[in-house]
This record gives sequence, C-alpha cells and structure tokens, in this order.
Amino acid sequence: MSGSEVVIVGGGVTGLSAGWWLARSGVKVTVLDKFIVGWEASGRNGGGASHYSSPLFDEEQRLWPQMDELLGYPTEHQKGRILIAMTERQWDQYRFIAERHTRLNHPVEVLDVKQVQEAVPLAGDNCFGGVHYKFGGHANPQRTVQAYAWALQDLGGKIIQHSPVTGFETAGGKVTGVKTANATYGCDAVVVAAGPQIPQLMAQLGVDVPLAAARAEMIITEPAPMMPLGGVDGHKIYGRQTLRGNLAYGGGPHEWLDVDATGPAARPSTPLARNLAKRLAELLPKAAHLNVIRSWAGVIENSPDGRPIIDRLTSPDNVVVASMSSVGFGLSPASGHAIRDLVIDGTCSFTNIDLLKLSRFDGLEKDWREKRGWMPIA
Amino acid sequence: MDLNFTGTDVCAINGTRSAPEAKYDLVVIGAGPSGIAAAIEGAASGASVLLVDENPVSGALMGNDTPLYFGGRMTAATQNSDRMLEAIFMSMPDLEKAMEAGVELLLGTTAWGVYRNGPGVQSLPEQVVGLADAERSWLVGFDRIVLATGARDLAIAFPGWNQPGVMGAAALQMLLSRYGAFSGRRIVVLGSHDLALETALLAKEHGLDVAALVEVRDAPQGDAALLEKITAAGIAIHYGQSIAASKGGLDGIESITLNDGTNISCDTVCVAIGLIPSIELVDAMHGPRALNATRGGYIPAGEPNVAAVGLCAGLPDTGFDHVAYRMDWVRAALRVNAPDTIICQCEEVTLADLIGIQPPNYLPRPAAIQARSLGTLLDDGPANPDQIKRLTRSGMGVCQGRRCRDQVAMMLAIESDKPFGTIPLASHRAPVRPLPLKILAEWDEPAAMDAAWDVWFGIPTQWVPVEDIGTEYQDAHREMLYTGMYT
Repeated sequence: MSGSEVVIVGGGVTGLSAGWWLARSGVKVTVLDKFIVGWEASGRNGGGASHYSSPLFDEEQRLWPQMDELLGYPTEHQKGRILIAMTERQWDQYRFIAERHTRLNHPVEVLDVKQVQEAVPLAGDNCFGGVHYKFGGHANPQRTVQAYAWALQDLGGKIIQHSPVTGFETAGGKVTGVKTANATYGCDAVVVAAGPQIPQLMAQLGVDVPLAAARAEMIITEPAPMMPLGGVDGHKIYGRQTLRGNLAYGGGPHEWLDVDATGPAARPSTPLARNLAKRLAELLPKAAHLNVIRSWAGVIENSPDGRPIIDRLTSPDNVVVASMSSVGFGLSPASGHAIRDLVIDGTCSFTNIDLLKLSRFDGLEKDWREKRGWMPIA
Repeated sequence: MDLNFTGTDVCAINGTRSAPEAKYDLVVIGAGPSGIAAAIEGAASGASVLLVDENPVSGALMGNDTPLYFGGRMTAATQNSDRMLEAIFMSMPDLEKAMEAGVELLLGTTAWGVYRNGPGVQSLPEQVVGLADAERSWLVGFDRIVLATGARDLAIAFPGWNQPGVMGAAALQMLLSRYGAFSGRRIVVLGSHDLALETALLAKEHGLDVAALVEVRDAPQGDAALLEKITAAGIAIHYGQSIAASKGGLDGIESITLNDGTNISCDTVCVAIGLIPSIELVDAMHGPRALNATRGGYIPAGEPNVAAVGLCAGLPDTGFDHVAYRMDWVRAALRVNAPDTIICQCEEVTLADLIGIQPPNYLPRPAAIQARSLGTLLDDGPANPDQIKRLTRSGMGVCQGRRCRDQVAMMLAIESDKPFGTIPLASHRAPVRPLPLKILAEWDEPAAMDAAWDVWFGIPTQWVPVEDIGTEYQDAHREMLYTGMYT
C-alpha cells in the first residue's frame, strides 16, 4: 500500500500512533482533528503503560523502551511500577495479582513495608506492603502525543487541526473521501479513532458501534523529591511521579455523559479532587504537605465489555474503527501497530485480536446503556 | 459472557458526593471595599451572608508570590498571623460594620473553586464553593455568589527579574497600606500610568526613596494631576526606556541599567505596568468571560447568580488601552532579554526554550526536537498557551502561572504576529490557590464515596487477563477484584 492515502479521523494517541505506523510503511497519512492533537483523554490520563490484560500487552512491553528512539522525541518513559496496599483487603488483592503474574512469567516481587519505603520514600509505615512489577511503566501523555504527531510529520504525514470531520463520501462499497467543513480529503482507506465521537461518525456509514462516554478526574501536586521509582499505584488510585517530581493521580467514581458529534461540551473537574487528595495523602503520607496545584477532567468512552474495539469493517471494507475503551494511552505503541496491520494487511501480524472485533456486540440490545445504568444523571 | 443484563453501575458517581457543610443565600468572595459593600447590602436585605477573604495568607504562600507578586519583600511581621489579622481589621473599619450587619466573616479563608452542574457534570447535589483555611477544606452551598477577588499583579521579565526585590504594585500597596510590612527602602517603579504614579506617591508618603520611574513609551501615560505630584516630589521619569540589565546579591536586586545606559541603584523594582482582574474562579468554573482592553484584560462576562464587583469585574474604564500598553512593554522585553532569561520562574523555562518550544532541561533534546519551534508549531494552527504549557512547562509550577501566564500570552501573540485577543487564555484550574493534599482532602467523606470508589471503571471484563478468559482464573479474578457491577 506504499503511496496510498489513508485518512485518520481523530488526532488522539491511538489515531496518531496508527498514522505514525502507517507513515513508516510508506503510506501517505493525513490526520484530521477537531481541535489540537491529544486535547481530549489522550493528554489527560495517568500515563500508565502496563496493560497485562490486553492481547496487545507483549507488543506494548516490547515497544515502550524503544519509543524515544523510534519517535525521535522524548516521551519520559520510565520502567516499572509498584502497587502499595493500604488495607488488608488491598494487600490480599495485590498479592493475588502478583501470583497471577508469576504464573504468566511476568517478573514481580512482593515487598514488605521497609522495601516499599526504600523504593518509594514518600510512602509511610501505614501500608501493608507492596508489589513491584518489574515490567510496564509510565510516560508523559502530553509529550508522547506530540511526539507521535511530530514523528508522523517527519515521515511526510499531515496533521490538520481545527477540522472536525462532518461526514464521508462513499463509492463502490468503499469510503473514498472524508469531509470537513472546508475540504474533502480523498482516501484509499480510513481509520476512525475519534474516541467518544465514534458512534456518531460510524452511524453515518450505517455501522453501530456501542460506546458510552464518561468523565474522570485527576489532580497534580507541586514537585516532590524524585523517588527511585515513580510509577506508584495502589489504594485504588493510579498515577505517577513525573520526571519533574509532581505527583499526578486519578481514580474514583466516573460520571456517564452523552457526547454528541462535536465532542465533549466541557471537561469540568469537581470536588472529587478532595477525595483524590485524601487517598493520595494516605498512599504517600510523606507527601501530604505538598500543594495540589491543578485538577482536571477528561472524557473517555467504554465499550460494553470494557475492551477495545479494533476492527476492519466488511462494509465499507476500507474502514478500520478503533476505540481503546478508556485504556488507550499505554497501549498506543501496540494499538497503532495493530491498526497499521489491519489497514495494510487486513490482519494483525503480531497477536490475535479477534477478541477486539466489533461483531462480539452483534446480539447487544439497543438499550444496553439504560439497562445497566451507564446513563447520564437525569 | 452475556452483555445484555440489567443492573446498576455501583462505581458511578451518582449519589456519592457529600452535601455542603452550610448554605447561605449569598456568599461573597473577597473582603475589599466592593466585597464588604455587597455583603452589607445582602445582609440589609435579610439574606444570610458569608464573606470570606484569603488574607492574611501564610508566609509560605507569600513567598510563592501568591496571591500577589510580593517579590520576597515582606518583613518578618508577615509570619505572625495574629498581627496580620489585627492589621486587616485596623485597615478595613467596614469589616466591623459588616459583622454588626449580621454578615458572617471568615478571614484567612481561601475560595479555591466554584462548582455547579452544567455541560459535562450533573452529579453535584447543589452549587458549592470550596473553602479552605490553615486547617482544612470544606464546601459551602449558595444561592448567589459575588466575586470580589480584586486584581493581581502583572509581571514582565527583564534581565535579572527572577531575584528578590522584583515585585508588583498591588503587592507593594498591600504591604505598605495594610500591613506596614515592606522591607525595601529604595524603589524603581516601572510604568507611568495611574497605577505607577499612585504607587510611587504612596511609597513616598511612607517615607521610602523612589529612585525613578521608567516608562517604555516616549511620554507620560497617567493622569495629569498625579504627574504633577510626581514632578513636585522630585521623582524623575525615564521615557522610552526599559531595564536592559540588573545587578543583585544575596538579598536580591541592587541596581538596574536602562537601555540608554543609565544606572540606578535600588533594592526594589516595582512592576506597576498593569493589574490583571482576578478571574481565576470564574474561569475555573467555565464562566463566561470577555477581553476588554480598557478594563484591564479578561473580565467576567456576567451570568445569573454569579456577580463580579470591584476590580475583578474590570479596572475603571478611563479609555486607556491597557492591553496595547502592556504589549509595548513586552515588545521591549523581547528586545532586551537574552535568550537564557528565565520567563517561567517555577519551572525555569527560558525565553529561548519558550519560543523554541523545547522540553525542560531534565529531558534529552535530540535533533528532531531541536528543529521544532513556535514557528513549526504555528504551521499546524494558531498558538495555544495550554498546548505550549504542556510542552515547555511554562506556567506549570507552584505559583500556578501567576508570574508568567500573562506575559507568555503576550509573547506568543507578538511572536506569532497576531492580535493579543486571538491567543486563547491559558486555562485556570481548581484549586486556584495551591492547597496541601492534607488540607484539600475530604477526610470525613461519605461512606457512599468509598463504596463507589474503584481505581478505574469497575468493569470486570476490562481487566481479566486475556490468557485467563474462559478459564477458572477468570472467575477467581472477578471474585477477588470486583464487587457488584455485574450483579
């Protein structure tokens, strides 16, 4: 497909990675974004890169340590994570997860309180212990998104920002063009990676993609002294110490939303910042004096089983749809590779992604959201 | 598994939030003259009124130039919160009147966020303002809120501006008039519009030595009567000048050199070029705002139940174009500042790295990123301060951008050759003041919050390892890690 033209709808981390992978294969790539690359959930998440539940896990793990070099731009990727248990229940759960990793040959070490404090000096003696994943890691979402965009441009790809996609042109069972308010972009293939806007866009092609959007929140502190290991999770919050030293953390209850074709109307944070602050102060008691300096929210979509949808349609047969179902950042090196394979070869070369096919939702009832309570507050 | 099931999402936010601790008909944020007047008026009409003011703020916050640009020129008196409180009552006799009128007054209490239902959020039990003092944070409900948050200082970089003794006019006025706690002796004032003239005269009244005024334009900008007083006081104004160099020591600034080579010794440079209406709360709550050049920049654009009074609603409109004036100062700054001049003090972002869109110095700079710049970024679309903040870290520090956000926006406008008004305002985020984790934390949160709390969405199938699907481990995984979503 070298020399063919692929239009990518959505300049989030998934679309940009896909575009970068395609450009590496000689494809002429145009990424269309409604605003600025990475502006939605791709630039607002915790930066984790340790998704062992995914079929893309091995590829995620293989690629992250190489990404700075492959992209040519720094991502702030750091290896390893620690889960700190703050209750007896969490201690049981985390050791259960550790056993599971051991069974699957993922290197982990169970740490006692003293070992936790050595790796995470901001932790206290109020914890039960921890589990050190000697795999996975974390990176800076905002820097990484821009790195994909720039790397894509360096390979000749185009990024068209401030250009919401309004529709498609089709002919002969294929999408032949992608329309914005000002232009139509001719194409040989299309990748729709538009996050919460996927259902509205795909409906224009007569394809039903069941996704529900929700808002989630994070807080960040002023810098703390650098810890030996920055990827610290546990106590039902996720996050990381940035390379600058800030503690960026999220977690907790989400709010289901309706998102129309133009994207989230707003991304308001709420007093949930206080509940995040409580848990972070408990998880890292020696950081309790640090100032919180910002909070923010992002809107992410989930599929009915919470797993990604990465699929090439049968009709129109030159369309790949990709939603990472609220877990897209860390997996992006691998999801982009999988999408590239589907666009060019029609099948994923490095792992079986049948689990991620859209057809698994064929029997889904129309009112699945209402039935299970994934609905906005009336 | 069957994806068609009926249930409730126990990990959704619905019904988990705490109700506010108290509720008032009217909450007034800011106990300056306008805020006090609004509170008294509210109480007189029979409303229950809460009036809060963040002052006196802690010495630590003042040291971070929050909320005003104090430049480290506070005396040790500012460490004594009792003395500071007393000073506030002495300088604001109307506070007593407000209390007599039935207004509940909380000093040393910060309003760090205003929250209400609207686009993207419907889960709040009611509209609330987040408050915090030195001990804890809490939420207060309201029917109406009046923002009387005043105006904050505009800072503009010059060589050596990132040292003690460089401060803002509002901070200097507060230290002199309210607290009597200014540690400088000999001041250079930047600007010659009313703010600069009034500040210079106030300093003179307090017995300080005003070494000079420096004006970037070729003529005085302020009110003629004020100018006459400046002349009568024997204070020189240097026209067509800005600071080209400065010298300093351990205690901060010691002298400045103007573009024409004039040397002036001083221990304080007071940046009195302009005040910025304090719209942090309005912006963080996604309230409407508009750019108004003759009223000092972005101001609240008004909406029901959220009123703005005093300087936060805009500076008095005298027809003077504050934005054009500030832009002249920033143009001069761009001419004199060396590439390695720090623009964002918290994150130590230099002018070259800001305009070059370079990453912080703890990251590598491979050739590809060195080839990037504001110029290449502009090829992709207009400059956006939030995007540039993410890439350079300018404005990402503990002062929450108070010292650099305004000048960075102006620099971006100038460097991208666009009118200032076309550059979006860098977003304000709650908490709009730095708040320690232990203070912000809701320690007594409702049990419902903890019951709904999951690290992510609580969708069991989201995290079952792919190898375990359909095995005995799948059920064990679900049993061990999840409770309820699919029941």
